[in-house]
Amino acid sequence: MKKVLFSLLVLILSVTAVFASGAAEAGAEDDGGLIRVGIINNDPNESGYRTANDADLKRVFNEENGYDASFFYSLRNDEQIAAAQTFVQDEVDYLLLSAAGTAGWDSVLQDAQNAGIYVILFDRTVDADPSLYVAEVVSDTNLQGQTAVDWLASQNLDEYNIIHIQGVMGSSAQIGRTGALNEMVANNDNWNLVTQQTAEWNAETAQQIVQSVIDAGTPFNVIYAENDDMARGAVAALDRANISHGVDGDVIIMGFDCNKWALEELLAGRWNYDGQANPFQADTIDGIIRNLENGIEPESKTIYLVEQGFDAATITQEDVDKYGI
Amino acid sequence: MTAPGNVAGVQKLTGLFRKQIFIPIAALLVLIIFNLIADPSFFEITYAQNSAGEPVLSGYLITILDNASELAILAIGMTLVTAASGGQDISVGAAIAISGSVVLRVLCGDNPRPEEMQASILTAFLISCLVSMLFGAFNGTLVAYFNIQPMIATLILYTAGRSIAAWINNNRLPIISDPAFGYFGTFMPGIPVPTPIFIAIICMIITALVLKFTTLGLYTQAVGINPNSAKLNGINPSLIKFITYVIMGLCVAVAGFIKVTRFSTINYSVVALDIEMDAILAVALGGNALSGGKFSMASSILGAYVIQFLTTTLFKFNVSSSALPAYKAVVVIVLVVLSAPTVREKAGKVWRSIRSAKAGKEAA
Repeated sequence: MKKVLFSLLVLILSVTAVFASGAAEAGAEDDGGLIRVGIINNDPNESGYRTANDADLKRVFNEENGYDASFFYSLRNDEQIAAAQTFVQDEVDYLLLSAAGTAGWDSVLQDAQNAGIYVILFDRTVDADPSLYVAEVVSDTNLQGQTAVDWLASQNLDEYNIIHIQGVMGSSAQIGRTGALNEMVANNDNWNLVTQQTAEWNAETAQQIVQSVIDAGTPFNVIYAENDDMARGAVAALDRANISHGVDGDVIIMGFDCNKWALEELLAGRWNYDGQANPFQADTIDGIIRNLENGIEPESKTIYLVEQGFDAATITQEDVDKYGI
Repeated sequence: MTAPGNVAGVQKLTGLFRKQIFIPIAALLVLIIFNLIADPSFFEITYAQNSAGEPVLSGYLITILDNASELAILAIGMTLVTAASGGQDISVGAAIAISGSVVLRVLCGDNPRPEEMQASILTAFLISCLVSMLFGAFNGTLVAYFNIQPMIATLILYTAGRSIAAWINNNRLPIISDPAFGYFGTFMPGIPVPTPIFIAIICMIITALVLKFTTLGLYTQAVGINPNSAKLNGINPSLIKFITYVIMGLCVAVAGFIKVTRFSTINYSVVALDIEMDAILAVALGGNALSGGKFSMASSILGAYVIQFLTTTLFKFNVSSSALPAYKAVVVIVLVVLSAPTVREKAGKVWRSIRSAKAGKEAA
């Protein structure tokens, strides 16, 4: 009896082993045609920008387009680094990374390089030797600010009295979007900052800042808000005080990020300008990977996304549908 | 010799000094006097029309009263939670994101940009109250029945709340175009005073009535001072703690409702960000011991208005962005140190010894 039981057990085990190895082989065959990518991103709930960014990556990196993609999300750097290590151990072909923090990436990127994995940074850069990654696809926030300030200068106002509402101090978007304006104000006598305050991306704080200027009775004719939410808050304060804004209004409204609702405000003429922060990076990354597959390295390490500014005078419904996030 | 009337006056004055509400009142007075000297126009209130042609009052004072509404409402719940459980609820901001998200989800249904609302505003509000109270009950259960430190128990919702809020609306940002929704966060047509001020006043009246006509206040203090002796006196300490967290949930729902009606939309990652810290600060400014026990509701609420007064003053004086938190921190440190129960006790002693020394001199 015992012998029978034992042989049965051996039989079961061997059958399982055969099936298991078969399954593993089948898995390897499936992978054959697909390019394996590990994608590490920030939490898609973080903002409308991130949601659009994630959706765009999912649109491109799927099986239909020849990719076997795994996604990992975290707002924490250490969790992201741990995930990167897992991806390296799994021997993905490409590692796409939007780092939560800039520090601490050297060793894992070195591991990836040793394993022959191409690393492509997107949206955010890291403090690591550029030889550790093949390319970075990023926004040029300085250019975003410069484009907006150039547009404002082209309005040819006699005097610019600007309420400048900043984002969270020290964030790359805030630094880039503030820099160009500060420089313009320093170099031109007819450009003045009525106030320069941070609303930390918050509409309500922005409303209070603008309300404060209105209550003080200081004249102003431009609101330069570093994102759409804060521009919305500013506009709420203007509406409360019956100050006209937008096209043909007394106050020029400028925002950033190109949320769909913000572009609709532009289309309706209630705002004047909205600067893009382009979350659609997937096609660019896809192009880099296709080239690498054919042995062509990207010409330069840093690839800036094309980002434009929209003017209420020229924006169309098509722009809203295409660029709104 | 001192005249008897004078003695009574001095005693009254010391009484006021030792009263808890003295600190927020003093802070408010300092801010008022500072603004009066710097620029009296701070107190101007103007009557004009907004862009929709409705009459509105505006001015710094209106801004303060308007924007402090949510904080004042939260201070009510935070005071009770603090008094009963000797700890604070740090999930308030995240819970506001959830309750606001629920309101919008009920009103919008599956379409994030509805032409007309899918339910009445009252239904949406009541559902969000229910959800908020459920989350409050979750916190309350952890604190009251599992004896977890309040700050640790509420850390769970603090971490997860904003993601839950985003998940409720499938990650979309709904916008309600019906102007009737915005009435609650801005102005009712024809009424020149911002609606949030009325909502805050209603909440305060209800709280005052509840504290006056029920034993909630007494039981809460009893549990906060000594849960064991409260138990011996027939009070169920766990139940009282649990109830305070559910009430906190209700306060969160009201504050969340005001927040989403201000702009008829929501931003999960920044709505009511760090408001829990301001609410805790309001309780501390009110001179309440953060370790629980006796509390003064009026002081906490006044504390909330002091915080907003300070914020608005700093905006008015155009303090540069990078320096703003530093200014706020200095003022807050001074106020909190002055309102700390131990410092008040010491100050009282010093005051008494000065008086007795004076009296001794006069007698001699």
